[in-house]
Amino acid sequence: MKNKHLVSISDFSKEEYIKILDSAEDFEKQPVQDIATGKVVATLFFEPSTRTRLSFESAANRMGAKVIGFSDASSSSTSKGESLADTIKTVCCYADLIVMRHPLEGAARLAGEVSSVPIINAGDGANQHPTQCMLDLYSIRKTQNTLDNLHIALVGDLKYGRTVHSLVEAMCNFNATFHLISPESLKLPGAVKMHIKEKGLNYYQYTEIQEAIDKVDILYMTRVQRERFLDIQDYERVKNAYILEQSMLKNSKPNLKVLHPLPRVNEINTNVDNTRQAYYFQQAQNGVYVRQALIAAILGLK
Amino acid sequence: MNKKELVVSAIKNGTVIDHIPADKLFQVIKALKLNDCTEEILMGNNLSSYKLGKKGIIKCKDKFFEKNEINKIALITLHATLITIRDYEIVEKIKIEIPDAIEGMVKCFNPKCITNNESVMQKFAVIDKEDLKLQCHYCQKITKKETLTFL
Ligand SMILES: [Zn+2]
Repeated sequence: MKNKHLVSISDFSKEEYIKILDSAEDFEKQPVQDIATGKVVATLFFEPSTRTRLSFESAANRMGAKVIGFSDASSSSTSKGESLADTIKTVCCYADLIVMRHPLEGAARLAGEVSSVPIINAGDGANQHPTQCMLDLYSIRKTQNTLDNLHIALVGDLKYGRTVHSLVEAMCNFNATFHLISPESLKLPGAVKMHIKEKGLNYYQYTEIQEAIDKVDILYMTRVQRERFLDIQDYERVKNAYILEQSMLKNSKPNLKVLHPLPRVNEINTNVDNTRQAYYFQQAQNGVYVRQALIAAILGLK
Repeated sequence: MNKKELVVSAIKNGTVIDHIPADKLFQVIKALKLNDCTEEILMGNNLSSYKLGKKGIIKCKDKFFEKNEINKIALITLHATLITIRDYEIVEKIKIEIPDAIEGMVKCFNPKCITNNESVMQKFAVIDKEDLKLQCHYCQKITKKETLTFL
């Protein structure tokens, strides 16, 4: 994986994911490992995403790397009209690895084509956010002790949710069964279902959480956003159907864990936070270990 | 050589695009930017065709198309035939086919795609040739026949 770009989840093979997850486990046991001393990681955030940026910077810092970069486009030369390609070519002179987030789709792929140092995509518009997917996989494996043969429920906006699309694609490698819970108008797109069908896996579609909750090992919650509805009345009708309450978990499987890419708004009631099923804050913590593992692998340090 | 081919090859050197469905002729002209061409061009439309009912034909004197330009025609119609003429003789006759990949001739329909915001060559993988579907190499969105625009 040394010097490889990570732009899309399909850039890495199943075997490579597994290696990263194993290495992340090692970082969880020992988060401070001074193996990247002298290395410079650039975090170029052309649109702000404090959570993701801090997670990467924390990962780099714990390995002894130095971090340079910017946290929104107004503090970069993009605001002076510089092209993305020129910005990347310039930053290549200063850094050993570039982590970038950009509002335009395909920006990271373009950056990878002009960059002489590896690129990690930390989100390009609605397109890809592969490190989120890898930390989801890590959290699933960690809580279930396996990635194979699991029943996974995905709840909320399955049409536009990029984390959902990537997770479905990735879990198709592990013989998963999918329980897809969404409003009629926000069902999983055909292009994503294709991956499930190609592998001959099973999927079920529901409009209510309760229909699937007791059957699954993982309940992956996402937010249903008002902006996604053309008709505000449609939104009003469904908005409360996708909120998880503690009482809904009472007949769930003993190994069930609730995941969420965060930030949440109200789709998980805070009364779920202290249940043994809640795993979303730990999930965010896992992001740091996974990013440490990725940085180490791509810089060829491990 | 039969009479029909003689009609087609009535230019000394150049290219004949035959069997264009009549309703696609003007799209082909536009896609090939023939309005900017300074060489002699002969065109006909609504000519009777055994295969198509009505067809269009374009004869371009002293013009030989590059592969990329031929590919453009393929995205409009698969019926057309491209005939290369040298010294009044047909030297090559090819049936137009959609390639597996397309570069720099079609616009990605996604306004949030990097290719519509920075100067970068568009690249697509043709994922469906029957019901034309082009997947953008950058944003991965799929441009279909209804959303297709030529550059
Ligand atoms: Zn695109």
